[in-house]
Amino acid sequence: MSKETLYWDDVEEASEVTPLPKNASSQLLVKYAGASGDFYQIHYDVEFAKNNNLPGIIIHGALKNAWLGQLMTDWIGETGMLRKLSCQYRAMDVPNEDLICKGIVTKKYQDGDHHLLDCDIWLENSKGDRTTPGTATVELPIKD
Amino acid sequence: MPEENTIIPESLLKAIGVESDPITYEIEKGHIARFAEAIGDENPLFSDEIKARNSRYGGIIAPPTFYRALRPGSLPESAESPFTRNLDAGSDWEFFEPIRPGDRITVTIKLADVVEREGRLGKMIIITRETRYENQLGQIVATQKTNGISY
Repeated sequence: MSKETLYWDDVEEASEVTPLPKNASSQLLVKYAGASGDFYQIHYDVEFAKNNNLPGIIIHGALKNAWLGQLMTDWIGETGMLRKLSCQYRAMDVPNEDLICKGIVTKKYQDGDHHLLDCDIWLENSKGDRTTPGTATVELPIKD
Repeated sequence: MPEENTIIPESLLKAIGVESDPITYEIEKGHIARFAEAIGDENPLFSDEIKARNSRYGGIIAPPTFYRALRPGSLPESAESPFTRNLDAGSDWEFFEPIRPGDRITVTIKLADVVEREGRLGKMIIITRETRYENQLGQIVATQKTNGISY
């Protein structure tokens, strides 16, 4: 809307996706449980989480997946289309930690009339570990 | 033929391909806004009716992973893991059409594959499920493949 249009022409392989910082409060995890319908107690009940050999409550994998979706939709803006999104939950993440979603363009190509980019994306914790790596494919407009 | 000493029950292998009963959800504007708030995404396309109306979409759409809130029905017991410890290992999405308030989305989940792995925790099975989301026009609007680790 107010954001400038991101054109396929202006992106190169190895271009960076604009990073998206995140820090989940325990309240956000409760909101996510309510909005998504995922009420597994390891995400909001400390005692339950500890009885499941966890250090405490952990962030829903699907919430991290949603953040990686936002990483892409924020970057491409309303004229871009997110076509594919995948991620693997390799390590747990916890609330009240500074996390950041990042990405990099790995392939720029055309498929018929479609102008596409493949990206490697990931969520990084405060130690710099990529806890949630993934990939995304987006379609962007071209300049006239 | 199942390999020797496999921890995968034969009934589970036989259930590959089994689908849940479909469930249809009517998409509400308030639910989309609540979901966007719960992921901390302030994109006006998901919650601001006037700004969304002036966008190329002409109205509110849902964030890509909103589909997670449209939970599929249960698979029959024979298609469920025999183990009590289950971890969500990740998702693989394809999106075809944006989802809008008023859409009626029908969700169906299928047991797609089961394989055995030897991991840090000993023997485990990886269960792949495929979820299909169809709109009121019969178009597939998204698919989600999930991998669950079970041990």
